[in-house]
Amino acid sequence: MTNPAALPADWRDFLALTKPRVMSLVVFSGLCGMLAAPVFPPLVLGFTAILCIALGAGACGALNQWYEADLDAKMRRTAKRPLPDGRMDRQSALHFGVGLASFSVLLMGVATNWLAAALLAVSILFYVLVYTVWLKPRTPQNIVIGGAAGAFPPLIGWIAATGNFAALPLLLFAIVFLWTPPHFWALSLFVRSDYAAAGIPMLPVVAGIQSTRRQIFLYSLPMAVAAVAPWPLGLTGPIYGFSAGVLSFVFLVLAARVAGNRAADPSGMEAEKHLFAYSVFYLFALFTVLVADRFLPW
Amino acid sequence: MVSHEDEIIRKRQRDRARIMALLLGAFVVLMFFITIAKTGMN
Repeated sequence: MTNPAALPADWRDFLALTKPRVMSLVVFSGLCGMLAAPVFPPLVLGFTAILCIALGAGACGALNQWYEADLDAKMRRTAKRPLPDGRMDRQSALHFGVGLASFSVLLMGVATNWLAAALLAVSILFYVLVYTVWLKPRTPQNIVIGGAAGAFPPLIGWIAATGNFAALPLLLFAIVFLWTPPHFWALSLFVRSDYAAAGIPMLPVVAGIQSTRRQIFLYSLPMAVAAVAPWPLGLTGPIYGFSAGVLSFVFLVLAARVAGNRAADPSGMEAEKHLFAYSVFYLFALFTVLVADRFLPW
Repeated sequence: MVSHEDEIIRKRQRDRARIMALLLGAFVVLMFFITIAKTGMN
């Protein structure tokens, strides 16, 4: 019988290490940050910047899976990943992650500017060291502070295009930062037993289900304010302002339904599942409208 | 005689080598166009 761990890993397993589905949202928000900027880099440099953001996100995924291989083995949702399933050795994942991270930062610096490269490096280090290694196994606030790592891409996209900070990309950072807790807590409510089995102190495991539901609603309020803010501040037009208002209102309604839900079993958590699915759509739609508002003449 | 395990190992090594070659080729092309774009900006 063949021992899978003794074989060289299949290339598809390396691809799986990069968490392509998570990467798609990161790439999209980075692209929107770049497209919302007042100046555009040459096409090939813009493409390279987005490629670097994607590779940086892939490196984060690989290093996260390298560090959490033992935890992933305890959770049904993650047990089939290449490392816990024994299809790859840990050292390969570590080398792949470090190589990808270094390559993405260097290429970003060479192709665009070193401020964007430095921010990319900070976001990777923040995700791996601050979120994965330090916060995630220690505190239920892990996702609140760790959410900053996922908020970097629109800022990096903007800075890759302009070379400077500005108010709008900082607001985009704030939107993703405030969006992350309701998004992840909605998920963690209906996979709570998985987190509990792995000993990860996610909020529903430590503070309880009802407290988490209240926190989801409370975090949704400043998120909605941050989402609408670019319009009254004169950074976007009315198309964005109106759309952000409607999208955020629906988000708040779904978050209120979650806050009012009393089910303790995942089978009764339709409200949480709806909010989780909508939260992904929300960010895609919000950023799409932001870019449309920038290009449409009215 | 080549065992079944050796066959799997060689196939995976071949696949990985092909993908590395493709990625390196793409990287060379990308660097070429980055250089053209950067020199054009200056």
